[in-house]
Amino acid sequence: MSDLSITEALTSDDIVIEGTVGTTTAEDAKMSMRNVNVFYGDKQAIKNVSLDLARNQVTALIGPSGCGKSTFLRCLNRMNDTIPICRVEGELKLEEQDIYAKKLDPVLLRARVGMVFQKPNPFPKSIYDNVAYGPRIHGLAANRAELDEIVVSSLQKAGLFGEVKDRLDAPGTGLSGGQQQRLCIARTIAVSPEVILMDEPASALDPIATAVIEELIDELKEKYTIAIVTHSMQQAARVSQATAYFHMGHLVEMGKTEQIFTNPTHELTENYITGRFG
Amino acid sequence: MENDLHLGQHISKRFNEELEEVRNLVMKMGGLVEQQVRSGLKALLAADQELAKKIVEEDDAVNALEIQIDETCTQILARRQPAASDLRLMVSIIKTITDLERIGDEAVKLGKNAAKLSDDGKSARQFVELRHLGEHVNETLNKALTAYARLDAETAFEIIKNDKVIDEEFDNISRLLITKMMEDPREIKNALRISWCARALERIGDHTKNICEYILYLVKGEDVRHNTVEEIRNKIAD
Repeated sequence: MSDLSITEALTSDDIVIEGTVGTTTAEDAKMSMRNVNVFYGDKQAIKNVSLDLARNQVTALIGPSGCGKSTFLRCLNRMNDTIPICRVEGELKLEEQDIYAKKLDPVLLRARVGMVFQKPNPFPKSIYDNVAYGPRIHGLAANRAELDEIVVSSLQKAGLFGEVKDRLDAPGTGLSGGQQQRLCIARTIAVSPEVILMDEPASALDPIATAVIEELIDELKEKYTIAIVTHSMQQAARVSQATAYFHMGHLVEMGKTEQIFTNPTHELTENYITGRFG
Repeated sequence: MENDLHLGQHISKRFNEELEEVRNLVMKMGGLVEQQVRSGLKALLAADQELAKKIVEEDDAVNALEIQIDETCTQILARRQPAASDLRLMVSIIKTITDLERIGDEAVKLGKNAAKLSDDGKSARQFVELRHLGEHVNETLNKALTAYARLDAETAFEIIKNDKVIDEEFDNISRLLITKMMEDPREIKNALRISWCARALERIGDHTKNICEYILYLVKGEDVRHNTVEEIRNKIAD
């Protein structure tokens, strides 16, 4: 066993995955995905995954590299549309609305389902303009006063206002990594989304900036529904209420975070979160 | 059974070694405590003063192991942040050694009372019921420690189920001793000492039952404390 590399061990085909164990549905679902399959050309990256994102909860998607968790996350606001060879099948709904409906404008969808990425990616503009960008293109403010209010309240919700209130004209790129990430979160919040998707939002940050982001996630869930992809199992355990474990494109197990981290049902989940060979 | 939890299959070999190490320490502590109980019983039945003193000395080793195991677990929690079965292993060990240490304390009580009885030229030999209770408790403890080593949930459940037999035996002895004291007040002093010994054995039975509950928590992931036998049966059914 010990001769196997970690990746080989975790992707061993010995264990057959038959459907998903645990609870994948939520009583009060903000988003519902059913029988989702995703293909990159001939290669199938997501295999028949069904799950709900419960309203005002944080759902963590975990799993080894290449398990499909980021691919799945990106389906939820049609980020995969930008990849020509990518094909998404199945039913994906925000409330009762099919998010892959032909008449639906993906740009409007992305305002309702925002995304925060691994590396903070502020625009090369001022702090103010970074946050004001979305509300401007979506026409959310009638005048400058309203825009000011959106910018200030978004920065406040993202826990950044106190640190930048005297330099809103300074470039966003001049902030520290953790501040830049919170700026990106403020930018996401500024367009009043309903769902926030986070793809490893703290993996490029130091432990203190990470703790601040995690604290923020906990506060944000009061207003938004959140899905977070993370490689840090401790982070998933700390911030989420539900955890979904992906393995080679399958959703192996999903359940309450408290159960997944103390008594997971599936052997693959147990192996992954305890750092064992498959 | 043991393979169900795959304790030795971590990617980190050092982590495997650490878990193995701490489990071995618990087994060592269990072995010492078991020896203490056996000696306590022997000292009591044979009025062996020397053996009685030895139990008290051995308690230092048990206490030192308790501290060492706690420290090892604290290190593993801090450095490895164990999850799932590894986390349950840590929690079950930390709880188990508290009960083991208390079993050691009860064995010391057996030894001290044995010494006092022996001072008065008495032994507990004439109390067949006490010997039965002692042997029963001793055997149960031995089974529980084996179940712990093998992660054997079935045996652990059997022991929990049978704890009431120990309680009944204790009640029997209490009744007998009360009768004896009423018959002859000169026997009160020694009858009380025998009663304290019976009480110590009954407590050892309770601590053994607790350890079995931690085994079920570790193996099945279910907290079965303060549950009826029927509730436990339902909880651990696969």
